[in-house]
Amino acid sequence: MPELTTVKINGRPVAVASGSTVAVAVMLAGIACRRSVSGEQRSPLCGMGICFECRVEINGRPHCRSCQILARPGMEVSTDE
Amino acid sequence: MSKELIQQFDVLVIGGGPAGMAAAVSAAECGRRVGLVDDNPSLGGQIWRGETANRMSEAGKWAEKLRASDVELICGARVFHQPEVGTLLAEGLENCYELGFQKLVLATGARERFLPFPGWTLPNVMGAGGLQALVKSGLPIAGKRVVVAGSGPLLLAVAAYLHQHGARILMICEQASWTCLLPFGVALLHHPQKIAQGFSLGKELAGVRFVTNCWPVAAKGEETLEAVIVSRGNKRETTSCDYLACGFHLVPNLELATLLGCQIQDGYVKVDDFQETSVRGVLCAGELTGIGGVELSLVEGQIAGFAAGGRGESARQLLKARAKLHRFARVLDRAFSSRSELKSLALPDTIVCRCEDVKYDRLKPYTSWRAAKLQTRCGMGACQGRVCGPATQFLFNWRPDSVRPPIFPTRFENLAAMTCSPDGKHSEVTGGHG
Repeated sequence: MPELTTVKINGRPVAVASGSTVAVAVMLAGIACRRSVSGEQRSPLCGMGICFECRVEINGRPHCRSCQILARPGMEVSTDE
Repeated sequence: MSKELIQQFDVLVIGGGPAGMAAAVSAAECGRRVGLVDDNPSLGGQIWRGETANRMSEAGKWAEKLRASDVELICGARVFHQPEVGTLLAEGLENCYELGFQKLVLATGARERFLPFPGWTLPNVMGAGGLQALVKSGLPIAGKRVVVAGSGPLLLAVAAYLHQHGARILMICEQASWTCLLPFGVALLHHPQKIAQGFSLGKELAGVRFVTNCWPVAAKGEETLEAVIVSRGNKRETTSCDYLACGFHLVPNLELATLLGCQIQDGYVKVDDFQETSVRGVLCAGELTGIGGVELSLVEGQIAGFAAGGRGESARQLLKARAKLHRFARVLDRAFSSRSELKSLALPDTIVCRCEDVKYDRLKPYTSWRAAKLQTRCGMGACQGRVCGPATQFLFNWRPDSVRPPIFPTRFENLAAMTCSPDGKHSEVTGGHG
């Protein structure tokens, strides 16, 4: 079993393999990253920091591209709900 | 507040994929002080993501050379502005970097081209490289049903990778026809290394359906993707799946080169024999100068690195190898060029600009990208047209616009650094969301 890292997504703990990105944690939580301007649910598209669809808030900092940021223990992530 | 870090280099390389790694290593071999900046948490670029730890691989060998060199690595930072000639600003999660240089090598690589079709904004419809990147970043894929679609050799590489990691690849849909692909197959015969790669892909993909003349026309699902409908000849075929991995070949990341004023010709950065652009002291290597794959990127990177490091003779020795790989790149471009039927995939109510949710019928009346941007906000969102720009170029033949700083959305506190005074000191600004 790989070592696990636990982050909080919208207050709920989600465990991912250590070294995973925050985007992976959000996808495993089964929720979208953000809502579009017309209210659609959006999730990662490009996986490489180009499309900005995976934007979430991390530790109070908004608009973080979750596909480019590794999950760290205790991170507080919030998505548009 | 970000901490500001100021560094000065003889040669600064932007982009840590194969071209950038080769350029940095080669420039360092010339005894120069070299910096290498990459937006991702670790090196390798998209193609070598997660492979640099494997010492037996080509990626691992270059990573090892880099470790053994004195190259200064700055990962997780994206360049957003050039406040004055010879200086770039980059933003990391915590820091803002001011990077000075004598010579600059741009190796910012390529991204997938996405074309809009109904349902393409649903969660779990992703780029082909996009899904692979997510899996390399830890997304479990074992047992998941995946349709791989679009165009380009990347589709096969992605399908093989996902299959190897336990995904069920239901089909690979390539929009090009066999007739278009044939010259690509013939060209492969001149590149034994590429044939070897092809064989290993073939072994991995034995038994997987590979369909040419086939492309997705709709993704279906309530909250998330449930099925994809593909067009095949004059038939439509529906396949239930967990992921649709879809990208239509690659487009270069030209934003920084454009910001610096490098001449763009036929969609790529124009360079001379030694990879120098129209801007003196700015060199360019890899997919920016034409989509050609890893081998070409490595050769171009080395030429650029040696040239920037002042060892022209070492660069000259690689010109022949580059010429051969260039020929292959041209065949590649033609083989996977997008068929015109793909222009009619978007329906009137299909979203084209995902950042601002601008639909196809709102864009259709405009004759230029600039007019559409001003009137509809298409391309004005967070991605700054990186997704809808190449799409609208294909759909409407719009030409790209000029690029303005910051080339990435930047934290307010770091925008202050853009107003750099001549003595290099910046006005203090607090606030923003940092």
